[in-house]
Amino acid sequence: MPRTLSSRRASHRLAADAGLLVVAAAFVLPLAWVVLSALDPHADLRVKLPDGLTLDNFDAVMTPDITFTPLLNSLLLCGGGTLLTVACAALAAYPLSRFRSRFNRPFLLTVLFATSLPITAIMVPVYALFVQVNLIDTVEGTIFFFAASQLPFAIWLMKNFMDGVPKELEEAAWTDGASSLQSLVRIVLPLMGPGVAVVTVFSFVMMWGNFFVPFMLLLTPDQMPAAVSINEFFGNRGTVVYGQLAAFSILYSTPVILLYVLVARRLGGGFALGGAVKG
Amino acid sequence: MKTATDPGLAKGPGPAAVPPAPGARPRRVPLLRVLPLTPAVVLLLLFLAGPIAYCAYIAFTDLQLTGQAEDSFVGFENFTTAFGDDAFLNAVWLTLVFTVISALVGQNTLGLALAALMRRASKPVRTLVGGIVITAWVLPEVVAGFLLYAFFRREGTLNAVLDWLHLPTQNWLFTLPILAVSFANVWRGTAFSMLVYSAALNEIPKEITEAAEVDGAGGWRRMWHITLPMIRRSIGTNLMLITLQTLSVFGLIWVMTRGGPGGRSQTLPLFMYEEAFQKSMIGYGTAVALLLLVVGSLFSVVYLRLLRTEV
Repeated sequence: MPRTLSSRRASHRLAADAGLLVVAAAFVLPLAWVVLSALDPHADLRVKLPDGLTLDNFDAVMTPDITFTPLLNSLLLCGGGTLLTVACAALAAYPLSRFRSRFNRPFLLTVLFATSLPITAIMVPVYALFVQVNLIDTVEGTIFFFAASQLPFAIWLMKNFMDGVPKELEEAAWTDGASSLQSLVRIVLPLMGPGVAVVTVFSFVMMWGNFFVPFMLLLTPDQMPAAVSINEFFGNRGTVVYGQLAAFSILYSTPVILLYVLVARRLGGGFALGGAVKG
Repeated sequence: MKTATDPGLAKGPGPAAVPPAPGARPRRVPLLRVLPLTPAVVLLLLFLAGPIAYCAYIAFTDLQLTGQAEDSFVGFENFTTAFGDDAFLNAVWLTLVFTVISALVGQNTLGLALAALMRRASKPVRTLVGGIVITAWVLPEVVAGFLLYAFFRREGTLNAVLDWLHLPTQNWLFTLPILAVSFANVWRGTAFSMLVYSAALNEIPKEITEAAEVDGAGGWRRMWHITLPMIRRSIGTNLMLITLQTLSVFGLIWVMTRGGPGGRSQTLPLFMYEEAFQKSMIGYGTAVALLLLVVGSLFSVVYLRLLRTEV
């Protein structure tokens, strides 16, 4: 009996492996295109082995105009937005996690509700509003909007992580006369380091990949982040040099992939979902 | 400076440990406690609630982008225009098709299948496949759009593969644009469902599936009678979340087709953008946005009810 069961398991495993590999083959093709084309001196639109390995594509795009300024703009927008989000979320999560109040539940429900609103839908009114209050085409306006749009999910995650930090240590600090702010900064946040890292990385990755928000709220080409400037490869440059487009895509995507790997390795698979989707 | 604000907290156990009797504490303490909420609340009110309220207002005006001294209140005109506008109805239909094919069927089923297969697969395969699928998800939206644009183009990879298999090829982005962008969304979004279902399947006690296995229940029967009923809450949550994500996809379609050709992949977000900016009809575009927002809110409320016990 155990033998048939284990041999059945082994054949199941083979079948599962085969099935997964078929799906993975389909998923990997577009990824293979971007990697191979970036290294190919004569890249076109289909996956093929490069005619010879070259770093010329990277050389060609690594100029201030094409790569460095947009990436720096991205860093400024997403770094600023993330800092603001994490700071506000940590402050907001503290009373929600530590003090009981009849406002907590409605507040958290509103936050959760806002988490799943389609932000895309409000971009047209945001644009109109920003024109009225002179925030259009400003970096700070875009940072504020980024922070506000990411804040509901950040508060929700942060609160759930904070609930996991036992209160006893804080109580000791309170008896020693520490204020709430001090115990938050000195005790609670350091104890929930991985949680803060998750919120930070998640917010940053979401903003880094966001196209629609800067596309709508910024106008000056010099201020555009990589998410928008990448379209230039199709616009004004005449024929598209696919090898360079691929090289730029890799340069632009690498930071978020590294960040994801960094956090996922510490916390195991679906890191950002643990706190959010406990269905 | 802040120390002086919390004199009450220094005494005895933390307030959360002992819920205060109603009215027993002075009023100012709760006020100070909610103080840390203010930056978040101010940001949310100004930049999220504000635009939503403004959206609800200008949807009823004829605000335009240029050449207009003053906008005026037009009541429900934008909405009646919308429902008589073939382009709008086309966008609603395409949004439905896009959501059903890419989210409800594609991402959801494929994500569940991947999660279920991964539990049985060997570790190296699991790591490899997980890595590939998740990379597609972590990539910035615009990059994903370019990769799939290249994949579906006439001279792209898909046709090369079909050619190699001696199957008929076609110009996918022209003949079946909505199908191409739907598959693109499956490619990009499946990892989310996979992660949700992996977590859900991990919580099923091993004894239950093993007992069923010993009793001779085959893989499909175990899936149908044991696994699916046990993760039904996760299925509900997942369906809601991926529907909401899919409703707001813009960049992916914009990069691949710009909503074309001839509006044949123009979902509601792209329609809204075109009306508001290419045709300068901000009021009309916002009315469409408001409809999208209302649909999103309804889904959101259902999602909250599914999560009811969690808060």
